[in-house]
Amino acid sequence: MIWQALLLQAGYNAALVSLGAALLGAAAGAAGAFLTLRRRALMSDAMAHATLPGIGLAFLAMVALGGDGRFLPGLMLGAALTAAAGLWAVQRLARQMHEDAATGAVLASFYGAGIVILTLIQGLGTGRPAGLETVLLGSTAGMLRADALVIGFGGLAVICALWSLRRPLAMVAFDPLHARMMGVNPRRMDATLMALVLAVVLVGLNVTGLILIVALLVTPAVSARMWSTTVTGTATLSAVIGAVCGYIGAAISASVPDLPTGPVIVLLAAGGFGLTLLIRGRRDG
Amino acid sequence: MALRVQGLTLRYNEVLALDGASAQFPIGSMTAIIGPNGAGKSTFLKSVLGLVAAAGTVAAFGGPVAQSMPRIAYVPQRAAVDWSFPVRVIDVVLMGCYRKTGLLGLIDAATSAHAMAALARVGMQDFARRQIGALSGGQQQRVFLARALAQGADLFLLDEPFAGVDAATEAAIIAVLKALRKDGATIIAVHHDLSSVAAYFDRVLLMNRRTVAEGPVATTFTRAALAQAYGPALMLDPTDLRSEGPTERPAA
Repeated sequence: MIWQALLLQAGYNAALVSLGAALLGAAAGAAGAFLTLRRRALMSDAMAHATLPGIGLAFLAMVALGGDGRFLPGLMLGAALTAAAGLWAVQRLARQMHEDAATGAVLASFYGAGIVILTLIQGLGTGRPAGLETVLLGSTAGMLRADALVIGFGGLAVICALWSLRRPLAMVAFDPLHARMMGVNPRRMDATLMALVLAVVLVGLNVTGLILIVALLVTPAVSARMWSTTVTGTATLSAVIGAVCGYIGAAISASVPDLPTGPVIVLLAAGGFGLTLLIRGRRDG
Repeated sequence: MALRVQGLTLRYNEVLALDGASAQFPIGSMTAIIGPNGAGKSTFLKSVLGLVAAAGTVAAFGGPVAQSMPRIAYVPQRAAVDWSFPVRVIDVVLMGCYRKTGLLGLIDAATSAHAMAALARVGMQDFARRQIGALSGGQQQRVFLARALAQGADLFLLDEPFAGVDAATEAAIIAVLKALRKDGATIIAVHHDLSSVAAYFDRVLLMNRRTVAEGPVATTFTRAALAQAYGPALMLDPTDLRSEGPTERPAA
């Protein structure tokens, strides 16, 4: 069954889901490469966790309006709104405390609020909330064709954007003062990168889930960095690692009942990192 | 005048980092900015470039600094750079070509040749494909100078270019800087080693949040001005300055 899924022989839908997850993995790997080079890795974790209250609230809003509470674009919109709010909160708090403390505080608060809302929803017993918890750890089993298309094209769009912005992004990460003198606006670049990471988080909600998306953003990137001496090389290799992890992870999860996708993908990425450490660990990156 | 600075003032929270610092840097001059720790030397450079928002007026080549930005190069302190960053020497220099290549522009043969020529001017052409962290401190400084050259700059602002490099490398960097000045460039460097000021520079800006003294090394780099800038602590300085006449220069 797993082999069939890996070889795209488990049916049209399963194949589509695997390819979508591969594109998501590539987008996450590439975005993560720039994110870690800019030292903003944990920011993505806060952002991802901050999507949860938005998902819950969007579900409630859609049910109240008489719709299907699990309509994915609606959930993504809600997730985007609270993720942006979380990001704003981190930046606001970082004026008064260190950024890592602000990140931790925002991550926990938003996630806690999200869990409370989700629990309330399950108590209401309306709008088919069953399955809503897959946004936590991801599940590609039984994913709809439309969802797979959203994931695939979303990932592709992020990859294209990163490719065209790779040079200013690299300049801001390496030497933001010089970048500014060369006419690149570091704040705008950071905001753009954050928006692209947010897109990855939203697209990845059903694949890795929001808890573990940070691993797909960071782990391939740190592995790739140990193999490459250029930014483009690091981002490309990171994208390839992410794509392979996404593809295999989605295929395995789709063919083993009740196995969430996120942990499988993350374990594959961690395996790749372990292998990298064994081979390259003694050299200077 | 390459650079004219007037009344630069900057307050970090309640601390006055710059207190009306003023200075002039003639075209083709080579100026050392010296002063005690916390005198605002690095902040002065960053304020001049508008990288931190200070009050005061700055004019470069007779106009607003923003207009002359392509002509100005800034070489950061070594400690401010992440040397493990995955970037090769040639990539760093190509960052200096960004105004020409633009956002989506491809790096064509002409641009590559331009970057290699800049590397050759600082004697680093054989290191183009090396990762930046694999170089020595002085070689890294030369790569940043090459980035500035590729940019087409003729006003160089350097923040402690000799910190953490050995004597031979220091000589190599100073040779590059002097060659640049010969071609008409203006050089301004934050400098810490008082004993080499006279050998390396022709002008000096002594500051301690505000300007203490500025002018040619021969008339400005005096015992009295140094004491005013550094305070009595300089008495403990191992560079052994003698305290006679006002034009007395420290042993080089």
